[in-house]
Amino acid sequence: MSEIREELIPVLGVVTDIRKDTPDVKTFRVVTPEGQKAFKHMPGQCAMLSIPGVGEAMFSITSSPTNEEYMEFSIKKCGCLTDWLHQMEVGQMVTIRGPYGNGFPVETELKGKNLLFIAGGIGLAPLRSVINYCRHYRDQYGDIDIIYGSRSMDDLVDFKEIQEEWCTEDGINVHLTIDRPQEGWDGHVGFVPAYVNELNLSLDKTILICGPPIMIKFTLQNLQALGFERTQVYTTMELRMKCGIGKCGRCNIGSKYVCKDGPVFRFDQLDELPDEY
Amino acid sequence: MLKIAVNEINRLFDAIAAVENLYLPVEKGGEVEFGAYSADAKVRLDALQTVKSAKDMFFPFSENLMKFHVEGKQISVEAAEKVNEEFVVFGVRACDARSFSILDKVFLADPVDTYYAARREHGVVVSMACSRPEETCFCSAFGIDATKPEGDVVTWVADGVLYWEAQTEKGAALTEKVAEVLAESDSAAVEAQQAAVKAIMEKLPLAGLDLSYFTSRPELEIFKRPEWTELSSHCLGCGTCTFVCPTCQCYDVRDFDNGHGIERYRCWDSCMYRDFTMMAHGTNRKTQVERFRQRFMHKLVYNPKNRDGEFGCVGCGRCLKKCPVNMNIVKVAKTLSAGGEQA
Amino acid sequence: MREIKELLVQKINELLDNGTVDRVAGWKAGEFCYDAAPAVFTKENIDELLYNGFCGANQSKFLVNAATTENRILALLKPCDTYSYNQLVKEHRVDPSRVYALGIPCTGMVDVNKIKALGITGITGIEEDGENLKIATIYGDASCKKCDVLLERCMVCKGKNHVAGDEMLIPDEEAPETPSCADRMAEVARLEAMTEEERFNFWREQLSKCIRCNACRNACPACTCRTCVFDNAKSGLAAKVNNTDFEENMFHIIRAFHVAGRCTDCGECSRVCPQNIPLHLLNRKFIKDINEFYGEFQAGADTTTKGPLTSFTKEDCEPSIVMERGE
Repeated sequence: MSEIREELIPVLGVVTDIRKDTPDVKTFRVVTPEGQKAFKHMPGQCAMLSIPGVGEAMFSITSSPTNEEYMEFSIKKCGCLTDWLHQMEVGQMVTIRGPYGNGFPVETELKGKNLLFIAGGIGLAPLRSVINYCRHYRDQYGDIDIIYGSRSMDDLVDFKEIQEEWCTEDGINVHLTIDRPQEGWDGHVGFVPAYVNELNLSLDKTILICGPPIMIKFTLQNLQALGFERTQVYTTMELRMKCGIGKCGRCNIGSKYVCKDGPVFRFDQLDELPDEY
Repeated sequence: MLKIAVNEINRLFDAIAAVENLYLPVEKGGEVEFGAYSADAKVRLDALQTVKSAKDMFFPFSENLMKFHVEGKQISVEAAEKVNEEFVVFGVRACDARSFSILDKVFLADPVDTYYAARREHGVVVSMACSRPEETCFCSAFGIDATKPEGDVVTWVADGVLYWEAQTEKGAALTEKVAEVLAESDSAAVEAQQAAVKAIMEKLPLAGLDLSYFTSRPELEIFKRPEWTELSSHCLGCGTCTFVCPTCQCYDVRDFDNGHGIERYRCWDSCMYRDFTMMAHGTNRKTQVERFRQRFMHKLVYNPKNRDGEFGCVGCGRCLKKCPVNMNIVKVAKTLSAGGEQA
Repeated sequence: MREIKELLVQKINELLDNGTVDRVAGWKAGEFCYDAAPAVFTKENIDELLYNGFCGANQSKFLVNAATTENRILALLKPCDTYSYNQLVKEHRVDPSRVYALGIPCTGMVDVNKIKALGITGITGIEEDGENLKIATIYGDASCKKCDVLLERCMVCKGKNHVAGDEMLIPDEEAPETPSCADRMAEVARLEAMTEEERFNFWREQLSKCIRCNACRNACPACTCRTCVFDNAKSGLAAKVNNTDFEENMFHIIRAFHVAGRCTDCGECSRVCPQNIPLHLLNRKFIKDINEFYGEFQAGADTTTKGPLTSFTKEDCEPSIVMERGE
């Protein structure tokens, strides 16, 4: 019998780089003490990060699986554990376990499709992994459109990467927007749901959306009004989790466990679940 | 079938305890719980039920998972030692015995919960048939035979004699170890008791509990029933029902600084608690109506949907006895079944 | 009780019909003869209202969340419930203008667990027969004395007088007699007489049964904090579980401190405890000490008197009394 993996026992990680993306978002680079990537993953999958004594929580892995050197996590400061993470210095150890969840169907349903990514604020974190994965295997996917909005210019996560890499690549259209006008910003101003209406989107796109619930709600309404089907839209969910392996019961919605059966769902799949997320 | 006189039962307990760790219903502070056997333990085989169910023996109320040593920026992890010695749980009633197979489907499903798996591997279940069921019992609604419980060994107490029969290889192995204190016996007394108890089971007020509504109607239809509001109106949001339930398996994982290091432990948790799904930006189940509904939907709808019709209930009746506001799964089931469209 | 029930239904219908209230917090029949569950009624389902010797649950705390609507809710208060009600009004946790409090008589409430503890199980029916209870079971008929199986709170009944209420169903002086009262402090005195070690062992044995379900706290009419300190993740307490003996003990002791001077001795904590921990004894010890230090005081006797621990007089005993009392 092969050795059974100890799912709840994490491995150690060392934070080798901390990038301050926005006033409340930092991106942490994590490797094992031996300098390796802790484990392989697929875009949209998550990992449990923890600081012993403070807590453990689920975060989406924001770096692409094609990066074989390290993993990155873009984390917004919003609670007890994330406050601690934000206080960390390079060299700090954390614990890490995973990967968890299903991830986006990059190998199946998304293959060969024209993709539209819609993100709001920190919602870019899980999508960044998919975007960079699709950029890496560029010939396997069609056109890529990215709509990304946030409160202000300063709140755009990964702005440097977006400007220097995504915006300069052929076949990728990046549409940035911020909520209110700001000095030094000559791009679009307005909320994401409204922006979606202005872009003259072709209906052949498969959509991946992540952001605040209210943004998702209104964007989805507008997309449907434009003629998109709910079967064309994927999202990823965030719920309280403790085990990550479908046992602790916390992320149970209907007959699904978000940590195991999700976090990625297509909207027609969500329609079959109780509206409790 | 083997036997031993009840007034000599300590010989059996001593024989088991000589080779394995023995746990059985013992009285402490006026209440009966599964606890370790010792010469001065107040063993209460007559108690129909322990307060906490026997799941405590395999999925304990609280257990340490690992220890962390933190020094500056350095961390090391030390996994807690798992159960690695055989142990015997004696006196498990039919309802609790069935709960193990329900818990197995959660904890032994891939990926396996290794802490639970270790206990299941090393634990021998000696069950005990019921001779005096109560009005709150409804195990028969789940096809459980209270007169012949599941378990590695099954026992009956009739007319001052304990009868013993191994049902599995594990049970046979245990029987061999304690054979010297057991005598051969026919099964006449057991059969007579089984017949008498079966007749009583049929007369129990909840014997005919019909749960077919929950497997025949769509999940969302049941979820949206307006009766949930009234059913949950007095729910205190305490964890009593959850913690006495043999099949509730939700848990929390927490860190605790004991002054010498940090222990990560897991403990039973309840979906009835407000903080169960609380995140930094709020909770997805904002009121007690939603939390209450989740618990019963899980047992009556999600469980059978995910597990070939098996409900997350074994009819032990503990929640019927213990809920501070007398709300329970039977009332929920009857109320929703009565008002629901029948398929 | 049957006549009282009829009077009650008549009165409730009158209050519903004349618009005084639009709903009623009462009790509803359950699966078993002894199973009376707190429930809310409206005109539509008022027929299902039950009032018998099993309606022990104290409904006062329910009003904290229920008495928040424009229309008043009818609260049926037994004499002892009125103490909790007053205390909640005094602490501004219940707005009395949102409640119509109807005082109802009580002749003592039965604790079915005490019947079962006598070995009477498989209960299918219970009937009051004078001072006795006639109990039908699937194993044959049995009986016991009602006074032996009353709820703890009824064993030390505060009497038939209501201390609050917009109206009385029948005047207190005409109400049937309540159970005779045992010495409320007898058990506390027994514990006080123990050696320190005996007492510690008693409480360890009892408190170690705690499964931290929080039923005592959630049922307690004096525990009305919106967020309990034990639910504060940042408190540093390993709160959800008794991870250590310390946590196990401290939860109950801290809770007893928090409700000291405000606890009316309603006994809900012990009634709802799935482990039958005699939690009320912790509260009674505080009550006994308060009575000895500051003079007799009954929390909830009215809505105006300042509590002994929230007021100061020059006659108050010195804190050093605790040291002087020794142990």
